[in-house]
Amino acid sequence: MAAMADTPVTYVRTAPAEALPPPVATTGFIGWLRANLFSSLGNTVLTLACAAVILWAAPSFLRFLLIDAVWSGPDREVCLATAAHPEPGACWAFVRVWLSYFIYGFYPIAERWRVDLFFAALAFGIGWLGWLSAPRRDLGAVYFFIVLPVLSFVLLYGFPAIGLAAVPTNLWGGVLVTIVVATVGIVASLPIGILLALGRRSELPAVRWFAIGFIEFVRGVPLITVLFMASVMLPLFVPQHFEPDKLLRALIGVALFASAYMAEVVRGGLAAVPRGQYEAARVLALTYWRMMGLVILPQALRITLPNIVNTFIGLFKDTTLVFVVGIFDLLRTIEAARGDPKWATPVTAATGYAFAAVFYFICCYGMSRYARGVEARLSRGDRR
Amino acid sequence: MTAAVKPRHYTVRAGRIGLQVLLAVIVGGVIYGAFVNAADNLARAHIASGFGFWNNSAGFDISQTLIPYSSSTSTFGRAFWVGLLNTLVVAGLGIVLATTLGFTIGIARLSRNWLVARLAGGYVELIRNIPLLLQLLFWYNAVLKALPELRSSIVLPIGGFLNNRGLFLPRPVFAPGFFAVVSALLVGIVAVIALHIWARRRRERTGAPTPVGWWTAALIVGLPLAAFALAGFPLAFELPQMSRFNVIGGLEILPEFAALVVALSVYTAAFIAEVVRAGILAVSPGQTEAAQALGLRSGATLRLVVVPQAMRVIVPPLTSQYLNLIKNSSLAVAIGYPDLVQVFAGSVLNITGQAVEVIAITMAVYLTISLVTSLLMNLYGRITAIAER
Repeated sequence: MAAMADTPVTYVRTAPAEALPPPVATTGFIGWLRANLFSSLGNTVLTLACAAVILWAAPSFLRFLLIDAVWSGPDREVCLATAAHPEPGACWAFVRVWLSYFIYGFYPIAERWRVDLFFAALAFGIGWLGWLSAPRRDLGAVYFFIVLPVLSFVLLYGFPAIGLAAVPTNLWGGVLVTIVVATVGIVASLPIGILLALGRRSELPAVRWFAIGFIEFVRGVPLITVLFMASVMLPLFVPQHFEPDKLLRALIGVALFASAYMAEVVRGGLAAVPRGQYEAARVLALTYWRMMGLVILPQALRITLPNIVNTFIGLFKDTTLVFVVGIFDLLRTIEAARGDPKWATPVTAATGYAFAAVFYFICCYGMSRYARGVEARLSRGDRR
Repeated sequence: MTAAVKPRHYTVRAGRIGLQVLLAVIVGGVIYGAFVNAADNLARAHIASGFGFWNNSAGFDISQTLIPYSSSTSTFGRAFWVGLLNTLVVAGLGIVLATTLGFTIGIARLSRNWLVARLAGGYVELIRNIPLLLQLLFWYNAVLKALPELRSSIVLPIGGFLNNRGLFLPRPVFAPGFFAVVSALLVGIVAVIALHIWARRRRERTGAPTPVGWWTAALIVGLPLAAFALAGFPLAFELPQMSRFNVIGGLEILPEFAALVVALSVYTAAFIAEVVRAGILAVSPGQTEAAQALGLRSGATLRLVVVPQAMRVIVPPLTSQYLNLIKNSSLAVAIGYPDLVQVFAGSVLNITGQAVEVIAITMAVYLTISLVTSLLMNLYGRITAIAER
């Protein structure tokens, strides 16, 4: 007892402690900044470097595209650098003057309503098939894969018997050709691709080897060589009096090329359908085609829809390559218009390309957003 | 039961054989018909067939030749090799640049830094949604062709010029003593490999960490530098000279070449970035946590646990991106860079008119590259497959 009294073992604070500083904010705007932008020295340096890049690039980008841009005018004079206007921006006046050429090519002006009608019919078909809860999507498929191709051909190429004058394909151009090539590629590649995918998984050796050979061959060579083959060799392979149209040759090349890629995507979907589904269909004594048509393909295509859309994006971008075999798609019309001496300025090329880039970006980005939406919707079912 | 009804499986088998025979007949018929028509059409157009043209004199110029070539004496076969080499150079350089850029952006997309991740994401979305051909034309016509003309060239501080005819750099001239530097580098590489094997054995045997970083640097960089100094600096530079109408001497980089390399690397990098991102995300966070629980530092966790597992996922799609890049290099034809397609399927085809042979050879080259790569890929997949019990 006495020893304890001599050596105090407890410490009793007699005065209140100093207040601690408030904790570092982890919530709110400051907290977010701290966690996401300035968490360490290295991160701060990175953030500042990125900010510098953005601050340097964004204003000159905006100045070129919008602020310094010239929106209207009769010829190149308005887009040249002047003393008052030393840094010329984009020459949108050039795009405005040539816009109808960029959309229709040399399609006769009096007949352009037919092209507009084709665009509308196509948009209707895409909407019907793309909207997953639209009514009667089976009818939509019939419309898209059977009615639309016939209708488009009659509308665009003409059918003199019912009063639509024939418009030869060498007058087609611009966005029209880009859309036609992409649509034919899509409409043809899906059925052919499904058949090839089924062939590749077939038990029949001749069928399987044919499908493997075709798919691997086409996927192993560049699209340009396929297009060259279609445009140079195809005329050799048919009787002389039957000279295929130039656009038709390119369409065949694109369709064959896209089919091989589509086949691989569909094959992935087929492989993802559980074995039990095949076995159950067999047990129900379904024939091969009924099994595929009623049980397997609906599931496989559903699973792989995002990949199919991604293939379409690739195909849409690849349509620009018909440029190389002399077809006037959007890019080619821009190249042609750019050479017009009336509009020859240092910014004409950049303006034309910016216009094309915006067009392709909107189409491709739209499709990829759609694919992501479908993916999210499909995975919602798996999460239950 | 009447005996006339055949059991069902007989009809099924007959149907299967019939289907295959039908397919064979159709395919054979199409090929035969094409062959007959082609022979007919070629004979009418007086176009020779066969590969005899290979040794004929070419008679056209090529703007970039890595092996000796002259329009008057060289053959079509020589032109083929020139074009193939040009394709391989563009593809090789493009692959290196695209990989570097793609890995950087892919990792940046996963950064915890919001701004860095967003910037990388924006790059990927922008580049992936614009056609490569458009980007190529942009780089060529709107950027490189818009550079100053010869007379007002941009003078580079290292003694070169940049104008709308290309980039002119000092050309290294190797003196005979330079082989000592090369052999020193080779010795250094072999020594480093041996050192790494020894260090790993030692670590596995004793458990002691055996750092080799400084030795590696010294052997790879220091040894060649020392040899370079000892051999008396056997390297000189030939500077390009500006003349009135031209730039003489030096190393000339064509604008077509530069545009193609830039466009291919920028475009493919966006796809590689996605591959890398998916690969890293495929490694489950449990692996990182387990490594940290074992006391590994973050660098070691990345190097020893995450990257080896991620590479297993990354390498197959990465290879297919490389193949895409090689195939896309054929877009050279749009800007006139003399690659295989432009030289062979372009100029040679136009001169000889032998479309079938020329296109067949061109396709065979790309097909060979693709098939060899996918064979190697399967081999890699088999080696790195996780050994399952």
